[in-house]
Amino acid sequence: MNVHAGMDTAHAAHQDDHSHHQQSFVSKYIFSMDHKTIGKQFLITGIIWAIIGGLFSVLFRLQLGYPEQTFPILETFFGKWAKGGQIQPEFYYALITMHGTVLVFFVLTAGLSGTFANFLIPLQIGARDMASPFLNMLSYWFFFMASVVMISSLFVSTGPASGGWTVYPPLSALGQASSGSKMGMDLWIVSMALFVVSSLLGGLNYISTILNLRTKGMSMTRLPLTIWALFFTAVLGVLSFPVLLSGLILLLFDRNLGTSFYLSDIVVNGEILPNEGGSAILFQHLFWFLGHPEVYIILLPAMGMVSEILSVNSRKPIFGYMAMLGSLFAITILAFLVWAHHMFVTGLNPFLGSIFVLLTLLIAVPSAIKVFNWLTTLWRGNIRFTPATLFAIGFVSLFISGGLTGIFLGNSTIDIHLHDTMFVVAHFHIVMGVASFFGMFAGVYHWFPKMFGRYLNSTLGYIHFWVTMIGSYLIFWPMHYQGLAGIPRRYLDKRGWVSFNGFPELDKMITIVSIIVFAVQLMFVFNFIYSIFKGRKVTTLNPWGANTLEWTTPIRPVHGNWPGEIPEVHRWAYDYAKDGREFIPQTEPIGENESKH
Amino acid sequence: MQTIFIVAILGLGFLITFQIAKASEYVAVLRGEEKARKQTNKVNAFMLLAFLIIGLIGVYYCNEQLKGKILGEPASDHGVLIDRMLYITIALTGVVFLITQFCLFWFSFKYQESDTRKAYYYPHNNKLELIWTVIPAIALTVLVGFGLFYWFKITGNAPKNAMIVEVTGKQFGWEFRYPGGDGVLGKKYFKNVSPEKNNPAGQIWEDQYNYDDVFVEQEMHLVVNKPVKLVINAKDVIHDVGLAHFRMKMDAVPGTPTTMWFTPKYTTKQMIEKTGKPEFVYELSCDQMCGKGHYSMRGVVVVETQEEFDVWLAGKKPQYLVANPDKDPASPKKDSASVISNLPAGAIPTAMKTKN
Repeated sequence: MNVHAGMDTAHAAHQDDHSHHQQSFVSKYIFSMDHKTIGKQFLITGIIWAIIGGLFSVLFRLQLGYPEQTFPILETFFGKWAKGGQIQPEFYYALITMHGTVLVFFVLTAGLSGTFANFLIPLQIGARDMASPFLNMLSYWFFFMASVVMISSLFVSTGPASGGWTVYPPLSALGQASSGSKMGMDLWIVSMALFVVSSLLGGLNYISTILNLRTKGMSMTRLPLTIWALFFTAVLGVLSFPVLLSGLILLLFDRNLGTSFYLSDIVVNGEILPNEGGSAILFQHLFWFLGHPEVYIILLPAMGMVSEILSVNSRKPIFGYMAMLGSLFAITILAFLVWAHHMFVTGLNPFLGSIFVLLTLLIAVPSAIKVFNWLTTLWRGNIRFTPATLFAIGFVSLFISGGLTGIFLGNSTIDIHLHDTMFVVAHFHIVMGVASFFGMFAGVYHWFPKMFGRYLNSTLGYIHFWVTMIGSYLIFWPMHYQGLAGIPRRYLDKRGWVSFNGFPELDKMITIVSIIVFAVQLMFVFNFIYSIFKGRKVTTLNPWGANTLEWTTPIRPVHGNWPGEIPEVHRWAYDYAKDGREFIPQTEPIGENESKH
Repeated sequence: MQTIFIVAILGLGFLITFQIAKASEYVAVLRGEEKARKQTNKVNAFMLLAFLIIGLIGVYYCNEQLKGKILGEPASDHGVLIDRMLYITIALTGVVFLITQFCLFWFSFKYQESDTRKAYYYPHNNKLELIWTVIPAIALTVLVGFGLFYWFKITGNAPKNAMIVEVTGKQFGWEFRYPGGDGVLGKKYFKNVSPEKNNPAGQIWEDQYNYDDVFVEQEMHLVVNKPVKLVINAKDVIHDVGLAHFRMKMDAVPGTPTTMWFTPKYTTKQMIEKTGKPEFVYELSCDQMCGKGHYSMRGVVVVETQEEFDVWLAGKKPQYLVANPDKDPASPKKDSASVISNLPAGAIPTAMKTKN
């Protein structure tokens, strides 16, 4: 522990140096190495992406709900892509591809774990900053460059990538097969490569910071669950993103250098290609080796924040801390062993399929433990419904609903029928999309006071929660029935089909609700921006009565977080309602007569 | 004009909501923040309970409205197994869904903040945690057990008497090849593909198994109650043979042939009677994103009796004779007796890579 203490003093001295001279605008807000500023940069970039990605979904929902109608205004904005006011197929597929890519990677990976890992790790473990502030800054700027490249791909004359966010070759490899697979696809690959670099720089930093820079007394089992979740998220990212990168590089070779990693026996548009001996399925293995852990990269931070927020606001310790930790660990391991459940109908060896069924359904066990522990945390609590609490409760509800439909799809027998239908769309939007968004919203409402020294308007917060909660279920619950009816995903117009044409009213309803939900998200963004400047000011150090270290910093933490010594930690983060006291901060030494837990 | 109007109304609504929200902050300050917060807490707790009740009614209502629109009785023997597995899973997960969602919202309502209650310090209980580790594990074992039992039945080898049909997906349509009388599909090679030379499948004419293979597009004919094994290919990008009524699905991957088999239970005519829809037709959909025409990549499957099928197939000329009209015995120019004997005896260059 002497080492830690020594480091603290060194940091403190360093800190003093800094406070003497004013930082310039550029080094404070743009090329900042302060983890808090970088976290906010990730959050704000993520919000901009979320608006773009959400807008895309509204556009293609218009097509799905009103395939027969024309919207001249679309032609005004999008020209040939919406000729005659109708969304053209190429445009539709570009929209869904970009919607998926943007939401999965740019919002729910970078925007979620980029924001909260950066913001919370040093504050909650008691560190002055990340292990490497410079790499941390690079992590944001690589993400920024990835964003610039991805946005620029939207303006290419042949259109952006449009083979689905999973970019399966040969469709994504052959410009002859789809106009989106021309220039747009190269830019997609470049952008994702930059993105992978960003997430690796971030991930390595998070891991080394958590392992090395904890304050005195902060043993691993005293860490808040948010930190544990962010730690496992970083591990997942560091081990799986390189595999995606290698897969994409091979794809780039196939596209531009004439190799045949993924290509074989292809006659496209009457043109016979020379490639032989490649395997299109190989790409799917490489892709899903990232793709499945990616689901947990998105979910785990949300789970961690929900654990923290439910505990703080029910004024009770999180139930079963060790079980929560164990289940996070189990999910992390299993996340690497289930990727081929996305490939049950690719001609995979049925025996191999059966192994993946077993491992996939095994994930339901740690997930169930988490749900039961959240429920028991609420049980006999004294619950305060802040907007953050409501979003956390909403997260649990959605995680249950979407998790249970995962049991359908993970079972290969049922997956034969439901694979690539609207059922899958409903399933992963609930469990991965909306649920993670709820976790993110919960985090933003909860830590906004720490980020900006002001509160978000809570009335708008309540409206935001209720409309989003009701709306999400209205959008995605009935969508399962479309899947049960066999309607494939990515069908922009079902009028040509006898079997799939039974839901026109439902599609209209979903479209209307999704527009309303999108409008309410814009209201949230407005609330966010307004409250940064004009929100109610925070006047107490610890507005939620929480135990964790970030609430021992000044209301607006300085560069270096604590103006003086970093506080020492004496207990775990969840001593709520203990010995008749409402909460006991981690910094308080254990009393002589204190009961053990 | 209309658009501007809508935007204006939306903007106005935005503004009003925001003003109310802002005002509520001031009111809270005037009335005492603590008191206002407790009031809001009660409202939200009640809303959560209401959401549970209305939500469950909504789930029931949604099911009533939509259950008639899903596909109904499966039209293949494998489909029966898949639907059974589906209903087992719905029953089991349905119970879990009701219990957990009820607990979530009921606890939220019941244990809302109150001055009279103190939160209960309850950090862990190993026995409880063990119980809810073991129970899901058992439930999932049951599901995995049933699931894999059916899975191996469905993906096992096709029966010996199964008829074989080759399905090939391309942007944006379906091609089918029947092996003809010999029951064996002739070899093909993708570099032979040439619609101009009447060889759209790339068949190798030197292979004598190709002589009687019949090539058709867009419409696949199957025999009722006779197992069928589909040999699935793709020409350009990955497609997927989706047969929703039969509950079957398999990707079509260029370069890597896949297979699946099932037994149709009802003819198209029987299904028209069963569903009461005169427009009923078995449809073959592409279920794997394949480009701009993905949503319209439709094929038709006709299930009929053996007699009807035989008549249909007899009406089709083998592709070999379409491509090589000089070999056609029905062709007036040629002496029919000499045709078969003149054929090369299935000699295929060994260097040439072949794919079945």
